[in-house]
Amino acid sequence: MIELDRAGRSFKVKRSVVHAVQNLSFTVSAGEFVGYLGPNGAGKSTTIKMLCGILTPTSGTVRVAGLDPSRRRTTLARRIGVVFGQRTTLWWDLPLRDSFELIRHLYRIDRAAFAARLDELTGTLDLGAFLRTPVRQLSLGQRMRGDLAAALLHAPDVLVLDEPTIGLDVVSKASIRDFLLRVNAERGTTVLLTTHDLGDIERLCRRVMLIDHGRLAFDGTLDDLMATAPEQSSIEEVVTRLYTGSAS
Amino acid sequence: MARTYFLLLWTWTRAAAAYPVSFAMMTVLGFAIAAIDVAVILIIFANTTTLAGFSREEVLFLYGAANLAFTICDTFVSNLDRVSTHIKAGTLDTFLIRPVGAWIQLAADRFMATRIGRILQAGLVLGYAVSALGIGWERAWMIPVMVLTGIVIFASLWTIAGALQFLLTDAPEVVNTLTYGGSQLTQYPFSVYTRDLVKGVTYVLPLAFVNWQPGLYVLDRADPFGTPGFMRFLGPAAALVLALSAALVWRQGLRHYRSTGS
Amino acid sequence: MRCGAPGPRRIIASFPSADPCAGPGTVRDRALTPWRCKTFPLYARLVRYGFRKHATYVRGALAGAFTNSVFGILRAYTLIAVWQARPGLAGYDITDAITFCFVTQAFIGPMQLFGGGLTIPERIRSGDIALDLVRPASLQLWTLAEDVGRAAYLFLVRGIPPMLLGALLFGISVPTRPGQWAAFLTGFALAVIVSFGWRYLVALSVCWLLDDRGVTVLSMVLSTFFSGMMVPLHLFPGWFGDLVMVLPWAAMVQLPTDLYLGTAAVADTLAVQALWAAVLLGLGALGTRAIRHKVVIQGG
Repeated sequence: MIELDRAGRSFKVKRSVVHAVQNLSFTVSAGEFVGYLGPNGAGKSTTIKMLCGILTPTSGTVRVAGLDPSRRRTTLARRIGVVFGQRTTLWWDLPLRDSFELIRHLYRIDRAAFAARLDELTGTLDLGAFLRTPVRQLSLGQRMRGDLAAALLHAPDVLVLDEPTIGLDVVSKASIRDFLLRVNAERGTTVLLTTHDLGDIERLCRRVMLIDHGRLAFDGTLDDLMATAPEQSSIEEVVTRLYTGSAS
Repeated sequence: MARTYFLLLWTWTRAAAAYPVSFAMMTVLGFAIAAIDVAVILIIFANTTTLAGFSREEVLFLYGAANLAFTICDTFVSNLDRVSTHIKAGTLDTFLIRPVGAWIQLAADRFMATRIGRILQAGLVLGYAVSALGIGWERAWMIPVMVLTGIVIFASLWTIAGALQFLLTDAPEVVNTLTYGGSQLTQYPFSVYTRDLVKGVTYVLPLAFVNWQPGLYVLDRADPFGTPGFMRFLGPAAALVLALSAALVWRQGLRHYRSTGS
Repeated sequence: MRCGAPGPRRIIASFPSADPCAGPGTVRDRALTPWRCKTFPLYARLVRYGFRKHATYVRGALAGAFTNSVFGILRAYTLIAVWQARPGLAGYDITDAITFCFVTQAFIGPMQLFGGGLTIPERIRSGDIALDLVRPASLQLWTLAEDVGRAAYLFLVRGIPPMLLGALLFGISVPTRPGQWAAFLTGFALAVIVSFGWRYLVALSVCWLLDDRGVTVLSMVLSTFFSGMMVPLHLFPGWFGDLVMVLPWAAMVQLPTDLYLGTAAVADTLAVQALWAAVLLGLGALGTRAIRHKVVIQGG
């Protein structure tokens, strides 16, 4: 579903060239749930932007759902859902319900399918209480649930989440994690998620990829990841080792 | 495309209408802002009977025609010049993950129906000037053509202005010289300007076709700068060329953004 | 920062300076109250911070200079046409009219004629204003000091270029007598304070309004049209013309420009400006008290 082949992305910063991502190759098959880890500035966001077609890669190829994102951005948009934890993709001044209605038109979702889907999402994400509230008045947890619903209304094959649990309290985190598991299990939606919260990884991801300095430093199951460190290490210790180890 | 655009407009209008007092107040104030320019013209003509060879009604005609086109664009596409704001706030990406072109979404973003007060004002001035001058249909047919031409020209300028903001993230104000500057320039008969400036805004940036060239035809006057008569009818062609260039510049701007991510 | 502080500060302070705290060991040094000593350097420092804060947006300021210059050129052509039709109108010759145009364009930045320049509305909306109000310094003077620094910076970077360009393209007049310069600079300083006084009141009004856009737009209309920025106020007909000359917006643009041109009675002009500065600052002080009452006692 997602294929990167020696993908690279460099930026010119004040006459020097910074390689945000280099020689990155991996494949994510349909239905997988992958955690994408890395320290700040490792290249996670750059990768995500390349997957959505917002950034064009400087080298290598990227394919998502069989399409080249940078060339077929608007076609791909119908098959991919994106959530940025740091900022909303909803319309700030509009009630949530209006945002959804706009999305229905933007994605040309037919009315019946939309109604059914919205019902389902309203139930599972418990949106009913604030559907008529403008987005700017929502709490962070409510807004994130709204954002998730917005990203899934058009029933995308791939869901890309950039730090979806950032800043949320434990209850909100738990409900969002449960929801993501359900989406992945029931609909077979492929999920790629970046996070700094290792609880997300432990709870959600069968497979973990770790990127550092723009390169893939680890790719395997959570068990494989744990096996790279002495026994009895916690996941925090394992990841700290990898972050600091690969940095030196 | 068009359906998406109007749907976005409708959604924003409905959201704004939820606060009827603000809505009414902004409409009135929009009218007041637009009235300033007319007030300036009237004050000038309180002190003189002609300005660079044109009477008060003729100046109001040129002003009204240009401003009708301008305020329509100001209402319907001017949010294109918020590109740098979106880049700085990191919100531009949210337009790029949608299955609809960024241009349409940006043009409709934060649409303010209250700006219609300005369109109304420009329309009234134009209507007054046309009736005061007693322009007959044999020449008045050009008026809708020139307003449409003006709309295409100003919309293109806004598109170019937005595209330039992909480069000028730190200094978005510069592009106002294209849009608001174009409006300021077309408020007065071009005979107030120097020959070189008029050449520039005829052959390089075709602002002369917003109201000056076609306006001379409607007013049945010779060009003080001596351009041949057929120039009066070149507006639509000039607008088309500008629109195509604007489309190219916009694509280039978006491409630049997607290759720098800044 | 206190006067007479020991150490290297003393050495710096011993340089000739306008700072009343300067000159350690002088009679003034000891005669000054501690309040005066602490406060003056604080606000002097805030002026500098305001200046430096805006100096970080140099590209934005240069963009503003460019924009103001382009619009200045367009306005100049219109005014030239008016004065060609009516030479000597309003006691200006054509050069005066062109000078008027570029001097007023230079005022847009420092006087912030299109509104804004103060962070108070954002701070009221975010609730941070409470933090500002508990400081042991006046919110109004604090903001004024920063705004003076901002105005000084914008005058240099955003104001001078349009005037230079106007001088280059059309030729503008420059005051010749030192007295005329002194009058203009005093009038300019007063205009900055009047402009601040007005914008401060507009900014505070956010506290009582749900939607401040209306006030913002209204303020923009008033301070562009009634200041003389669009067209010299002398052109306004009859009693209306007399009225607009004594309103506060005239004190922001028209009056200091006339001082620059030397076409106005200096003492009267400065008196009108000073009066408006005092009235607006007085209202601002009342407004500050009201907002303190509202935020501290009613809790926002």
